[in-house]
Amino acid sequence: MNVHVLGVFDAAGKAADAARALRTDGFARVTTYAPAFDHNLDAALGPGKSPVRAFTLAGGILGCALGFAFPIYTVLDWPLITGGKAIVSLPPFVVIAFELTILFAALMTVAGFLLSSGLPRLRQAPYDARFSQDRWGVLVTCAAERAEAARAHLTQADVEEVRVGEGTR
Amino acid sequence: MPSDGHVKPERGFVTYRKISDDILRTIQAPSPSYFLALGVVAAVLLWGVYGLTHQIRVGLGVAGYEPPIMWAIYITNFVFWVGIAHSGTLISAVLLLFRARWRTAVARASEAMTVFAVMTAGLFPIIHLGRPWYFYWLFPYPNQRELWVNFRSPLIWDVFAISTYLTVSTLFLYLGLVPDIAAARDRQQDWRRYLYRVLALGWQGTDRQWRHFNSLYGLFAALATPLVVSVHSVVSWDFAMSILPGWHSTIFAPYFVAGAIFSGLAMVMTLLIPMRTLLHLEEYITLHHFENLAKLMIPTSLIVSYAYVTEFFVAWYTGSAFEFGTFVDRALGAYAPFFWVMVLCNCLVPLSLFWKRVRTNLRALFVISLLVNIGMWLERFVIIVSSLAHSFDPAGWVGVYRPTWVEGAITAGAFAWFFLLFLLFIKNFPGISMTEMKEVSSPDGPPAVSYQPSALRLEP
Repeated sequence: MNVHVLGVFDAAGKAADAARALRTDGFARVTTYAPAFDHNLDAALGPGKSPVRAFTLAGGILGCALGFAFPIYTVLDWPLITGGKAIVSLPPFVVIAFELTILFAALMTVAGFLLSSGLPRLRQAPYDARFSQDRWGVLVTCAAERAEAARAHLTQADVEEVRVGEGTR
Repeated sequence: MPSDGHVKPERGFVTYRKISDDILRTIQAPSPSYFLALGVVAAVLLWGVYGLTHQIRVGLGVAGYEPPIMWAIYITNFVFWVGIAHSGTLISAVLLLFRARWRTAVARASEAMTVFAVMTAGLFPIIHLGRPWYFYWLFPYPNQRELWVNFRSPLIWDVFAISTYLTVSTLFLYLGLVPDIAAARDRQQDWRRYLYRVLALGWQGTDRQWRHFNSLYGLFAALATPLVVSVHSVVSWDFAMSILPGWHSTIFAPYFVAGAIFSGLAMVMTLLIPMRTLLHLEEYITLHHFENLAKLMIPTSLIVSYAYVTEFFVAWYTGSAFEFGTFVDRALGAYAPFFWVMVLCNCLVPLSLFWKRVRTNLRALFVISLLVNIGMWLERFVIIVSSLAHSFDPAGWVGVYRPTWVEGAITAGAFAWFFLLFLLFIKNFPGISMTEMKEVSSPDGPPAVSYQPSALRLEP
């Protein structure tokens, strides 16, 4: 059976130390909580690149392609010369393509963010309301027999409070 | 400064706790002065709604259009409000990319201002339509007659630019708010906690969420920057793509973008100076921020002034009688008073910002910001009305456009709508980004040197 061990810290650096120590000791499922982005804490759980940028690029390419394809389709659908311009007059369509590039890139960025960060989330992981104010948290999910070892790492990093609960995940 | 990133919650330093307390205090029960302000803007908005209802019932004839002046105050308002939006994106996105850390305290309010200004602007092309209930004809959608919109028309580019701008700036504002909404959710006890719970999307501030959030925020800033330049360029092409003297000009895009940022900065000041007093945020939004905003106003004002001069020079240098005639009429004709007030407000008054004593005097800045708002509104009015009033055919030069009460009511109502949205926003959502304030006051990052030492001190 898995248990959750949640440590509450009064400083980002302490939480980062604890997370680093837990990782080194082989705890695979470590999550940190922070009221604001912190580079030290972010680095503690190892390097990781966000895939969001790939979504942005895909959205941008899609938007640009659509921005040209759609006006071209409509003018060919009803070929009517206006202002003496060619039927497929690309320069004015550049504006549409530009705007749709940005629009689709932005929408895909949001989609990428929501997918990668698992939001919106209905079932909540263990949490403490102070994590959005002025406390940092480290959550370890591990086998029950390793809970004491996890607690020891948290205590070593000067933890303020430790809570242990039954994990379902 | 210790490198281990410990923030000691000691008195005298700006701690995370203090930031949370101070900023979440702003969304607590409002003061009577807030309700008074709300009541005034709601009353003006009702008057505007009455004017609009009258116009829809009777028809566009109730506006003071005088052929060939068929674009007037509504389009002036449209361009004005799109312009107001621009500085919000400049502050939130462009200054973020430039790592201008002072933006943190003013970015949220400016972003909100952007969204509300675009929401106001977007109403005007629809109000200006003869049959506003057919507004959806502006969008290309499959229809029975297989008709499509004319993609070669700048008016359609506008539809795309403004809709994209509204979507992107709304998402930018909302997603930036998510961690702060979560903080409000965890603290708030009244009925709004249900609202915050839904809007926070279950945000917990985990490492994974922060990492992707950071990536998202940077990418959005990078997308919003070219967008902001494109939007007012497209708006300027509504005019520049026509052949009307006074409109048909290649400098219109940069001229409009600079003017947009100039007017937007003025509006940020108009909003923030009362807001910081109303919400007691003097410690966060300091004189330093206003001075920086004032400094940004100087180059934008100079670019706008330069554009005014260039327009006249080109009108003379090209030797086109129509072009030259339009500009002589602009400076000396029926609308000349508006032109000269515009020059006073946009070119001369902002020169006083070269003096530090003016830049650091909030009363002076507030007055200047109001004057610039007036000046920039008049700029759009002068460009639109005086150019239309003096086109190629001398037979059309006789009419003088006089706005009616309906146009006045709708214009005032638009201002009220904008202020109403802003007032509701700052009392229900954190007007300053708590997470970003915490980030810049974190000893891990470089020190937030631009904050007043007395207001924000970092660990020694």
